[in-house]
Amino acid sequence: MRAAALSPGLADPVADAQGCFRAVLDAMSRPGSVRRVPADVRPPAPLVPAAAAVLLTLADAATPVWTDAGPDAAAWLAFHAGCPLATSPEDAAFVLACGSPPSLGVLVQGTDEEPHRSATLIAQVAALEAGSGGWRLRGPGIEAEHRLRVSGLPSDFTARWGANRAAFPRGVDLVLCAGREVAALPRTTAIEEG
Amino acid sequence: MDMGEIIGTTAEDVVARRRWMGVLARASGAEIAARLREAAPLPPHTRLRGPEIGLVMARGRQGGDGAPFNLGEITVTRCTVGLGSAAVGHAYVAGRDARKAELAAVLDAALQDRALRPGLLDAVIEPLATAQAERAARTARKAAATRVDFSTLAVMR
Amino acid sequence: MAYVAVKGGEQAIGNAHAWLDEARRGDAALPAVSVRQIEEQLSLAVDRVMAEGACHDRSLAALAIKQARGDLIEAAFLLRAYRTTLPRFGASLPLDTGAMRVRRRVSATYKDLPGGQVLGPTFDYTHRLLEFALAADEGEPPVPAPEVPADGATAPRVTGLLAQEGLMADEPPSDAEPGDLTREPLEIPADRPLRLQALARGDEGFLLGLGYSTQRGYGNAHPFVGELRMGEVAVEIAPPELGFAVEIGDILVTECQMVNQFAGSRHEPPQFTRGYGLVFGQGERKAMAMALVDRALRSAELGEETGAPAQDAEFVLYHCDNVEATGFVEHLKLPHYVDFQSELEKLRSLRAAVAAGAEREAAE
Repeated sequence: MRAAALSPGLADPVADAQGCFRAVLDAMSRPGSVRRVPADVRPPAPLVPAAAAVLLTLADAATPVWTDAGPDAAAWLAFHAGCPLATSPEDAAFVLACGSPPSLGVLVQGTDEEPHRSATLIAQVAALEAGSGGWRLRGPGIEAEHRLRVSGLPSDFTARWGANRAAFPRGVDLVLCAGREVAALPRTTAIEEG
Repeated sequence: MDMGEIIGTTAEDVVARRRWMGVLARASGAEIAARLREAAPLPPHTRLRGPEIGLVMARGRQGGDGAPFNLGEITVTRCTVGLGSAAVGHAYVAGRDARKAELAAVLDAALQDRALRPGLLDAVIEPLATAQAERAARTARKAAATRVDFSTLAVMR
Repeated sequence: MAYVAVKGGEQAIGNAHAWLDEARRGDAALPAVSVRQIEEQLSLAVDRVMAEGACHDRSLAALAIKQARGDLIEAAFLLRAYRTTLPRFGASLPLDTGAMRVRRRVSATYKDLPGGQVLGPTFDYTHRLLEFALAADEGEPPVPAPEVPADGATAPRVTGLLAQEGLMADEPPSDAEPGDLTREPLEIPADRPLRLQALARGDEGFLLGLGYSTQRGYGNAHPFVGELRMGEVAVEIAPPELGFAVEIGDILVTECQMVNQFAGSRHEPPQFTRGYGLVFGQGERKAMAMALVDRALRSAELGEETGAPAQDAEFVLYHCDNVEATGFVEHLKLPHYVDFQSELEKLRSLRAAVAAGAEREAAE
């Protein structure tokens, strides 16, 4: 096994994962808010700390992970999270996209009876900025409107998100990661371009 | 500390490594620590993962030899350490002894070093293996003493 | 009396728990029992808690027994609760019970089988007379058990001997990934691997009663203990980062192969079939009961008559787990004040209606 794949994971696995879980929970229940991941982790490139910490928190032996991050990063994730690596995004419970994310429609959608059996897309983006400018977000967890500026997603992403939202209760949820910051959009959140 | 050549993944290497990992898994943490006092000091190591306690689902086979089924879980402690720049040692040991898992991982890494291996085999692994074999043999001798000898009964009649 | 929302009991609960701690300790003039003592001297209770808690860890099971004051179902509950806090590293390779280092191995079908009849540390052939010598506080340790040279041969399975003659239904070889009811809720119909998982963690008393019922005519069973073996097997896992399998330790298990006649069908000749039992630790009664019930649950797929309780998979599998059962039964003692208030009101209105009807009839 390559040395990079075996660099340490979360410094304090229990406390870091708990703090990170809280950050994702807050981000998901207040869509568009940006939280800082309180974990000390130095993942192999091209993973950013937030994406790495989120996966080490959420993924385990029961959740296949697909990523475009390359063999070193994938092996590191598998080693520390204990997750199987899926060979294609269609088979994954978590999809970690460092580059352009795969089409949302091909990811596991869940069923009308069990919508929670859907994939979660974790997308690494260049920057996240809450409060003013960028997307206008509406939906459960948002009193009136949240603003979130996301840099580094493909230009047609909001159209793709609209199609994902139309399949409710099925569909995927989205976690956005930049550096140590995380924001999240459950499938119920509507995006309007600013 | 200078590191020697690290063993590879030939069939022989795997057989040797499987053996010492099995011996370390069966030994108690106190037994391993006691043997290490007789050995040269181990090189410093860095923790790459763990030691952490978790579960492994133990499986059986239906009818003993058919399709697998989940019997129940067993507590396991695992640890991965790096020794120098080359050797990585792993340990998966039943139970919840974190210190033992870490010692076993360090020993697994050190035993992969051809320079360190003979001394550690002599001082640690072989004495532990001998003690384990003697315990197993003793149990087998007790079991043999409870084996029913029907032919002897026939002679008595 | 009307329903009034109430809150309280915190102090009462705190005091009740303090009394529980005191009751657990018993007479403080006596030495406290240690977890190690429980592990060593109440080892069959430890085995049962590990089996029904579905978690193999002797010292944790012993701790659970101490904490539960010897209530073994409560102890299994504690162990189940603890296991939920741990990550799952993976699954073992299937245990090779054929390579077991047997401490006990008996067959009721063959007297002179290869490997012999090995009695091991058994209660069988004891007189079930209380040994008052054990009541002494500090008895002398028993003399060490006798040892004779062992031939080192492993004991071949009895089912293999029958299979060689073509008289035993084969277990189709398979490495299919089994379902796991700790991850997915049990659904009926359940395949045999899932049923075996449920039975392996099921309540010994429940399975014993069901197994007994198949012998007494509730289900057409004519069972023989083909083989019962108890001993140590190695647990092996193959972590992906290693690329090969390693042994993580030895565990004691008990296995029962129950041999049953099968009349045959259009597709299969008359032959023997197996009921299978496998449990953590030394749990002979449980392994035998499990094997009887496993065979009974196969009756439908073997085209046999069904209808007995032990043959009803839904009945057996949904009721054999004592942690689930105790949760649902024991919750009845928790406050149901509102539910009961509505029952009371319904009953009062029914009685009022009946009384009004009677008055009308009397008036007419």
